[in-house]
Amino acid sequence: MSKTAIIIRREFLSRVRKKSFLVMTILGPVLMAAIIIVPVFIAQLSDSDYNVAVVDDSTLFYESFSDTDNIRFTPLVLNVDEALTLMHEGRFDAVLHIPETAFQAPSSLRLFSAKSINFNAKLLIENILKHDYESIKLGLAGIDPEVLAAIETPVRIQAFRIQNDGELTTDFPEISMGLGFIGGFLIYIFIFLFGSQVLRGVLEEKTNRIVEIIVSSVKPFQLMMGKVIGVGLVGLAQFLIWIILTFSIVGIVQVSFPGMFQFTPDDQVHITSSQLLNAEEIAKQHELIQQHNTVGGQLMEGLAAINFPVMILSFIFYFLGGYLLYAAFFAAIGSAVDNESDTQQFMLPVTVPLLLSIIMIQMIINNPSGPVAFWMSIIPLTSPVIMMVRIPFGVPYAEIALSAGLLIMGFIFTIWFSAKIYRTGILMYGKKSSYRELWKWIRHS
Amino acid sequence: MNTLLRAENITKQYANHKALDKVSLQVPAQSIFGLLGPNGAGKTTLIRIINQIIGPDEGRIFFGNEELSPKHVHQIGYLPEERGLYKKMKVGEQALYLARLKGLNAYDAKKMLKAWFEKFDLMPWWNKKVEELSKGMQQKVQFIITVLHKPNLLIFDEPFSGFDPINVNLLKEEILKLRRDGATIIFSTHNMSSVEELCDHIALINKSEKILEGTVHQIRKDHASQVYEVELQGAARPLRNILDDNYLIINEGTEQGHLKARIKIQNNAGPNELLRLLLPESELISFKELTPGMNDIFIKQVTGKFPLENGSINGHEGLRT
Repeated sequence: MSKTAIIIRREFLSRVRKKSFLVMTILGPVLMAAIIIVPVFIAQLSDSDYNVAVVDDSTLFYESFSDTDNIRFTPLVLNVDEALTLMHEGRFDAVLHIPETAFQAPSSLRLFSAKSINFNAKLLIENILKHDYESIKLGLAGIDPEVLAAIETPVRIQAFRIQNDGELTTDFPEISMGLGFIGGFLIYIFIFLFGSQVLRGVLEEKTNRIVEIIVSSVKPFQLMMGKVIGVGLVGLAQFLIWIILTFSIVGIVQVSFPGMFQFTPDDQVHITSSQLLNAEEIAKQHELIQQHNTVGGQLMEGLAAINFPVMILSFIFYFLGGYLLYAAFFAAIGSAVDNESDTQQFMLPVTVPLLLSIIMIQMIINNPSGPVAFWMSIIPLTSPVIMMVRIPFGVPYAEIALSAGLLIMGFIFTIWFSAKIYRTGILMYGKKSSYRELWKWIRHS
Repeated sequence: MNTLLRAENITKQYANHKALDKVSLQVPAQSIFGLLGPNGAGKTTLIRIINQIIGPDEGRIFFGNEELSPKHVHQIGYLPEERGLYKKMKVGEQALYLARLKGLNAYDAKKMLKAWFEKFDLMPWWNKKVEELSKGMQQKVQFIITVLHKPNLLIFDEPFSGFDPINVNLLKEEILKLRRDGATIIFSTHNMSSVEELCDHIALINKSEKILEGTVHQIRKDHASQVYEVELQGAARPLRNILDDNYLIINEGTEQGHLKARIKIQNNAGPNELLRLLLPESELISFKELTPGMNDIFIKQVTGKFPLENGSINGHEGLRT
């Protein structure tokens, strides 16, 4: 085993064995899985049906109300007071009263509830009634119901991207935006998290005074690279464990609670036996189902259009490249100071490009092929975060190659540059280092 | 004389000052070589150059018959003055790690470490974290790590700082034993009594330059002070009247009725001449030459003043008789 490998091994194991690593490794996926599962779960919770009794004295609208996921309508042939009694007995959550004169006076519509009104139910009822009012009025105006049905036109634009080879792919900007944001932000977090671990590690060796013992056996460069690579592997391991665990947890939940993630259109437009539907109504339902299928289909198509192998590979590449670039700086800073509080003055110029990247994410997402996006994804200091934001939107391979090549040159340069500061810095004690001082170290080594 | 390490005209320039200026020295094989000098003289820089932690701007170093190169790292053991260990790492694991960085394989290193740990009563601490150890125990661990790979050349920078007297003796014995087993030892310290006790050769570095080098015996002889201490029953007339210009009375005083004086012999006079002058005057109780200790030589070389030649009788702790 080479000496650098021995150092990498120690740096890796000493961190992986820590309790904090274990906690992070377990908590990370639990949190990430929670982010995926909890909203779905909460949506399921509120699924506990909201039962609305419909008392339609006008008899115009009994057939208008069809159940949704979590709102159920029950037409009652009772008067309002009897219905309210049933509500107080707990049979219903709310009573919708449509008076005889409702058609002439829409403001006489009433929704009663024992508890606070379900806002969604109110909105749904309003929409249904508005729609029906319009249909009835149009019918009265002499318009054929068939024409009416034909007027209903669901509009949804399907976006396509024409690729270099002329092939059409479905574009789903919402998905790209989400993935771009998550990717860029994760890179930022990882670089900071593990870069500062390198800084603290170097500083620990310096303040412990073990560094002089070690550099009498190995070259300072070996020690620095051993630490940088060791910590980088910890980051990579943590990332991979997170990914695997997250998908496992989501998978287990999926298997344990089937149906939780299945968006069956039938659920959305449920037809209850209590309802008598005319042909027109059925046609409308079918259309809704059709429309739903298209949205779901498009979503699946959009996800399929994302090149996941490219995403994951580029994430690993930009994480490692960005990490190496910045970790070298962090190592140099750790070597130049005597204690953690002195790091501030050197941290600022290193963190500015990273912070700038994060600030610019929103702008990049809005215009992922613009000149700002292009330049920021080419310049190595910002490219790890910004390129990750752009990749889900599709980036020409030539640009990725240019960016990747520059990033590799970038980290080779920062490592070379930092090594010069490092090998002088680790042996300097009790001297407050300034930028001038660092410049001298670089020139003299 | 077999030379293990030879430095030739080593110069090292830092950004703001010159740390070493054409320093040459020869460390004989199997010697204990004292590298002396005041703080900031350049000792640590020289030691770091020998350890190849930093490179010299000019000059060359030979290890045995070869020019010093990275392959010699395994033949050198270095205990720095500023030393420490990873606080959170377990003692045994850490010792093993540092031994492997010196090129030992895991199996041999573990076997040898266990033997040393037994010897220094450290075995119960093998699985403890370093921060749980006392400073003295940590120093012992560092000493073990330094010598474990059986290097030909050992470099100790202030090895005894932080040790209690019992452990200092333990360490001294180990160092002497290592020398008997064939190791050459470079020993950097401010503690002159341990220099006299252990070293056979020394080099003195001051203000980036080597100003003195040789065997301890020869150096002390070269610095013979020609100062004699006489104790007389009491003289009838003052010493000043007895002695002529060839003798300088540094000081005199009465102690328990006896006359005690330090006299420096100048010009070409000798001790016999001095005795001849003194004997008729009084009953002689004692007469001895005051040879300078390493402390005095050190101070004289660095400051230019010989402590023997001024001050009171009580002021010279470092005097040796």
